[in-house]
Amino acid sequence: MSELAVASQAVSAPEVPSSRRFLRRALHKPLGVVSAAYLVLLTLACVLAPLIAPYGPLAEDLTHVQAGPSAAHLLGTDELGRDVVSRLLYGGRLTLLGVVECVVVLLIISLPAGLAAGYLGGWVDRAVSAVVDLLLSVPAIIVVLAVLAVFGSSMTAAMVTFGILGSAGVIRVVRSAVLSVREELYVAAARVSGVTEPRIVTRHVLPRIAGPVIVQASLFAAIALAIQTGLAFLSLGVAPPAPSWGGMVGEAASLINQDGWLLVPSGGIIALTILAFGLIGDAVRDSAVEGWSSRAAAPGLRTARPVPGTTQNTITNDARLDDALLAVRDLSVEFGGPDGPVTVVDHVSFELRKGEVLGIVGESGCGKSVTALSLLRLLPPNARISGGQVLLDGRDLTAMSERQVASLRGQAMAMVFQEPTVSLDPSFMAGSQVAEVVRRHEKLSRAAAKKRVLELFEQVRLPDPAAVARRYPHELSGGMAQRVSLALALAGRPSVLIADEPTTALDVTVQAGILELLRQLQTETGMSIVLVTHDWGVVADICDRALVMYAGQIVEQARVGALFAEPRHPYTLGLQDCNPQRWTADGDLPVIPGTVLPPSLWPVSCRFRERCRFAESDCGRAAIPLEHTAGSHGADDREVRCIHWHEVAPARSA
Amino acid sequence: MRNLIIRRILTSIPLIVVVTGATFVLESLVPGNTARAIVGASGSPAAYQRLRGELGLNNPLWYQYWHYLDQLFHGSLGTSVFTGEPVSTLLNQRLGVTLSLVLLATVFCAVVGVLLGVVSAVRGGVTGRGVEVLSLLGLALPGFWVAIILVAVFAVTLRIFPATGYVPPSASVSRWLWALTLPVIALGLAGVAGVAKQTRDSMKDALGREYIRTLRASGLGQRSIIWKHALRNGAIPVVTVLGLVFVSALSATVFVEAVFVLPGLGSMAVTATSQHDIPVIEGIALYFTVLVVIVNLLLDIVYGLLNPKVRRS
Repeated sequence: MSELAVASQAVSAPEVPSSRRFLRRALHKPLGVVSAAYLVLLTLACVLAPLIAPYGPLAEDLTHVQAGPSAAHLLGTDELGRDVVSRLLYGGRLTLLGVVECVVVLLIISLPAGLAAGYLGGWVDRAVSAVVDLLLSVPAIIVVLAVLAVFGSSMTAAMVTFGILGSAGVIRVVRSAVLSVREELYVAAARVSGVTEPRIVTRHVLPRIAGPVIVQASLFAAIALAIQTGLAFLSLGVAPPAPSWGGMVGEAASLINQDGWLLVPSGGIIALTILAFGLIGDAVRDSAVEGWSSRAAAPGLRTARPVPGTTQNTITNDARLDDALLAVRDLSVEFGGPDGPVTVVDHVSFELRKGEVLGIVGESGCGKSVTALSLLRLLPPNARISGGQVLLDGRDLTAMSERQVASLRGQAMAMVFQEPTVSLDPSFMAGSQVAEVVRRHEKLSRAAAKKRVLELFEQVRLPDPAAVARRYPHELSGGMAQRVSLALALAGRPSVLIADEPTTALDVTVQAGILELLRQLQTETGMSIVLVTHDWGVVADICDRALVMYAGQIVEQARVGALFAEPRHPYTLGLQDCNPQRWTADGDLPVIPGTVLPPSLWPVSCRFRERCRFAESDCGRAAIPLEHTAGSHGADDREVRCIHWHEVAPARSA
Repeated sequence: MRNLIIRRILTSIPLIVVVTGATFVLESLVPGNTARAIVGASGSPAAYQRLRGELGLNNPLWYQYWHYLDQLFHGSLGTSVFTGEPVSTLLNQRLGVTLSLVLLATVFCAVVGVLLGVVSAVRGGVTGRGVEVLSLLGLALPGFWVAIILVAVFAVTLRIFPATGYVPPSASVSRWLWALTLPVIALGLAGVAGVAKQTRDSMKDALGREYIRTLRASGLGQRSIIWKHALRNGAIPVVTVLGLVFVSALSATVFVEAVFVLPGLGSMAVTATSQHDIPVIEGIALYFTVLVVIVNLLLDIVYGLLNPKVRRS
């Protein structure tokens, strides 16, 4: 019962292969090829045993009893002086025949039943599935024993029975493979265009389910071999003098007090053959999976730790550090890609002052979120900080050990994320998650931590904190879940809160409430906030200053008032123009033509040039520096990365 | 949750009817049936016919089966053809051995498999490849052969563990564990690899989830994140595999108990097979089926405990 279930469990996860090509791919797997070759040779040798075996299976030579390997007896002799090689070859006939019987029965039953259930559906499917469920719970080995008891030790009867019982798991796999093929457009199209059903099955369905069926059949062959040899080992289904692999293990076992050698060839050939069946299954499955995910994730860089000594960029303008709580200096982040690392955040520098709300604005793919994640060293495993510093109160986070950074997370800097419902652990109640974090930061008793959780929930304006604390994340609305996430972030009383698109995933009505809450929390606690967003409304609402990022670089940085009154980078202007809130009904909503290029294609010169209406030939010549310019609104500095910025502000539409 | 359990119990009834029915039909196919086996080949035709009448073998098959179910309902599984003892008595004497063995093997797989799986999910590298090799070995090496090798090495050569025999825990818990160590390893080897692989995959999946990032951002340490949050969320498929491990260990007792000469249900099934003692095999089939049903029921309860969405619905 079980082994069969395990086998089907193991293969049901990967999907059906896209075509028959996986067989060719499977041939490129060395282990698969070696296994197949081994099985072919073994089968041939066993079939031809009467011709090639050096001795008869029962030929005794009492002068050479239990002899070790020699030229005359390559693997030695047993306790009656019978040649081990010859007995293995003759014994393999029965063993392999049992496996073949078992697998043939398995396929004869499971292919039509699985096809019918998956293809016809309806009551056929329900009936087949009911029988399958039943069969999967039947203790297969005991039923096989019962059959052996009744049919006078017939190995064929035993193996056929095992094949019948084992078909349940394979029927399931065939059924689900057929179901997924049936849903595909080309099969539906064939049906609509009048191709007959049997033809659809043979032309379109069978080739697609061949992969999973081969995997199942080979894994089942491995199990059948183990069962067959096990039964023979127990002297069931094979009459004693006749050679069988399992029986030879049994004979060797009775001699272990004298000599262990005979266990090696008998057990070894069983193990090798089971392994070969298993490896063929693995090779076919792997090639089937590759067909689906050949463009899968590239080999990642091993850690997110920065490389020491790569901060090649000089730190400029130290005077500006004075009142900065967080100072980011020339921060670069790279991701592992198929063609080597790709830089996605490129020399980003900014400061965050005490009590300030700083926006980071840009389209998707510009590196905003990656920048935010790298501040807390929370980059995914295939990314790493490749240069620069993150200075918090003058201490460089990029140079710290993981443990030191972990001690800062939540206390010095905390973070809230975009998708509140998946950002909470689904297995724990909201209250217990926050309580664990509270106790991580403060030495509190359970009761005191519970009280603190309720305080935090009140602080984030959750109605009925006690009830919310007892709810699981799936029982919370998006807005409530985001408030719980904020409570989690506030638990360590951080001085910097990083909010990565905290309202994007929420309903419009809820967004306003969360923004209002952020503003209130900022006023109450005096903390600084880094707010990643693509929404200028959010920037205008609560930010003091904003960075505009494009293609991994800061392209403009200014106080929010100045940024709106006089955008200096064409990208800033374009983003503001296509904000629907500024759009008047008498024209088309303006858009920036084109999209952000993938990081591997970013040019050295201006990265926005292709999409820019101010672009001239000089934009493509060299890297564009980030230029400090005096602000026309107030005395504050601003920065812009554009050599034509003087032309931008006057061109503002509307 | 409660509905789920009730449904599970109700669907197990046809299962038990089918399993007993199938073995019952098999029994009727025996060329030399029970009556012949009892009177022996030399018994007179008259004695044979009388016994057939006494055993109810002259009645139609459906009537015999109904009678069997009726007896079953009253707790009787018939008598062993070979010893004449009630089957239920024989089986109950041996149930403890098999249960000890299978439960310990499952616990062994759970502890070792989860440890290996977690380490290889977090560290990868050598442990990861070790798990791969172990799962190949677990697949390839048949349990009965592993059992003999264990006996040859640890019992015969090194003399650390006893080669055969069983000590009930009521006599001595330590000697009970001692006697079962080698059989449990032989039974569990295949399962350890399966559990480790599943644990590694679900842990990797869980560790990539957003809530893990949130908890990390909130300052939780590696230990809590790995052993509490990731493991808890990755546990459901691991529990499924543990259920399968229990069931396959139950089957494998047929081979392993024979090697270690343990007086359990598995070795009894083998003996009964060679003695054509159908009522005993029938009884063992029923016991195994009921055990599988119970395990599935426990799995459903554990799923509910692990998944708040199931528990609260």
